[in-house]
Amino acid sequence: MSGPNKKLTLSRKQNLSGWAFLTPAAILIAAMSFYPMFRALILSFKTGVGLNMKWAGTYNYVRMFQDAVFMQALKNNFIYLIFQVPIMLVLALVLASLLNNKDLRFKGFFRTAIFLPCATSLVSYAVIFRSLFAVDGLINTVLINTGLLSTGYNFLGHATSARIIIILALIWRWTGYNMVFYLSGLQNIEYSIYEAAKIDGASPWQVFWKMTVPLLRPTILLTAIMSTNGTLQLFDESVNLTNGGPANATITMSHYIYNMSFKYVPNFGYAAAMSYLILILVAVLAFLQMKAGDKRD
Amino acid sequence: MTKGKKIISYTFLSIVSLLSIFPLYWMVIAATNKSVDVSRGTMLPGMELINNFKNLVASQNVLNAMTNSFKYAIAMTVLSLAICSLAGYGFEIFHDRGKDMVMSVILLAMMVPFAATMIPLYQLFSKAHLLNSTAGFILPMISTPFLIMLFRQSARSFPHDIIEAARMDGLNEFQIFYKMFFPTMRSTYAAAMTITFMNAWNSYLWPKVIMSDTKSATMPMLVANLTEGYVTDYGMLMLSVVFCTIPTIVIFFLLQKSFAEGITGAVK
Repeated sequence: MSGPNKKLTLSRKQNLSGWAFLTPAAILIAAMSFYPMFRALILSFKTGVGLNMKWAGTYNYVRMFQDAVFMQALKNNFIYLIFQVPIMLVLALVLASLLNNKDLRFKGFFRTAIFLPCATSLVSYAVIFRSLFAVDGLINTVLINTGLLSTGYNFLGHATSARIIIILALIWRWTGYNMVFYLSGLQNIEYSIYEAAKIDGASPWQVFWKMTVPLLRPTILLTAIMSTNGTLQLFDESVNLTNGGPANATITMSHYIYNMSFKYVPNFGYAAAMSYLILILVAVLAFLQMKAGDKRD
Repeated sequence: MTKGKKIISYTFLSIVSLLSIFPLYWMVIAATNKSVDVSRGTMLPGMELINNFKNLVASQNVLNAMTNSFKYAIAMTVLSLAICSLAGYGFEIFHDRGKDMVMSVILLAMMVPFAATMIPLYQLFSKAHLLNSTAGFILPMISTPFLIMLFRQSARSFPHDIIEAARMDGLNEFQIFYKMFFPTMRSTYAAAMTITFMNAWNSYLWPKVIMSDTKSATMPMLVANLTEGYVTDYGMLMLSVVFCTIPTIVIFFLLQKSFAEGITGAVK
């Protein structure tokens, strides 16, 4: 360390001010993400209630694979992931490439309308969809009035229809969000290469798959990782749209972890172990997606 | 475009736009009608807004929840923007091997699911008496890798000549940030503000964990509580959803343009 009278060199001074700029943020992330993550790991090898925690080895990790509800929750998260993420991303891509047309009119209106669902809170839209699909909700009323149904169908009371509604709701809420990323990505691509492709006689289908998709590869990768991550952590929809039901057919892992920690008799050790499975899944899937997305490197 | 393709494009975009707007339109309609009429499928504004409002205020402390939500969201937005923009600027302008390494570690935090930090954070905060407090609400979410990355990306387009010139004029590093970077990066700040305010306003899991006292409850918590009874008053419920949605919709319309610009900068 230099003495009080010794002047710091210019570059050293700048280097230090750099650290001063980023230290508050770095400390907060260390204290609020990495430290608790480490604590959760330790917790996941313990069992007991409250302050009465004992070491339990891998007991919690073995237990979760024998826990029918958790296995159901894991399966549910993957059902949402496999159906919702691809449908939503393709839809967002199609919408973005349609909106990237210079000759299109009312572009601002379409963009705003499709992005608008993102401005509603997760709890709000879950409650809106729950009300729309309730037994005495609008969808049933319309179906009865048009003669398609004679009595209201309990959409949220049957496993398959309840899952479909969660998927529909997720697509409704997030498509516009991903579309904005693609639109921004498309703006960075020279429009003239599209004109050139058109002159060369490429069909819109060919342009979409041979040009738009490869050129947007980094953005598609980003959105795929973000939505996979989000889907594995679903909570608000499971709680407020279906309350996990019927008979845990729609419950997500985060919802079950919450119940295990704060609703039933708290079992923090077991809950922490389950949360580590989500962490591992998020990391593995992100790694696989990066491998698949970075073919050229 | 040929005429046929044009028709398909416009029809498709119109249908998607309609489906996107419809649930929100219905929310407003339902908020102005009686619950029975909502169930009957009314599609027109009704006269029950004031009655629904009276019922809502009588059964829930809406003013308190709105005040709390604003308090938490504003505190978080201000602190989060300040801390993350400082960090993003620091990582980019003064970058060297050490700082780049810290940045990649910070990016790893993006992969940490909230469920994995929630329980230790709850234990920590209950020991520190931070349950039911603004600090408790915002602390875990002030510093986010996403915002740091957004500001680092925008600092990349900030000309180094300006910084050199300002140093010659005798401004210190913080003054350069405050007087030069901050005013020129308005659209990035607007995008960051939109994202942060919405995240704070909409967050549900964490407040549900730490806000056990109804006095500290947020708007989304209030909406969720209203659905818990056996009989649902749709008019009243949808009015609460309207209240929960207005602030984020307003922010969205005010900052829509800068939001898109800010994201464009981040995707580049």
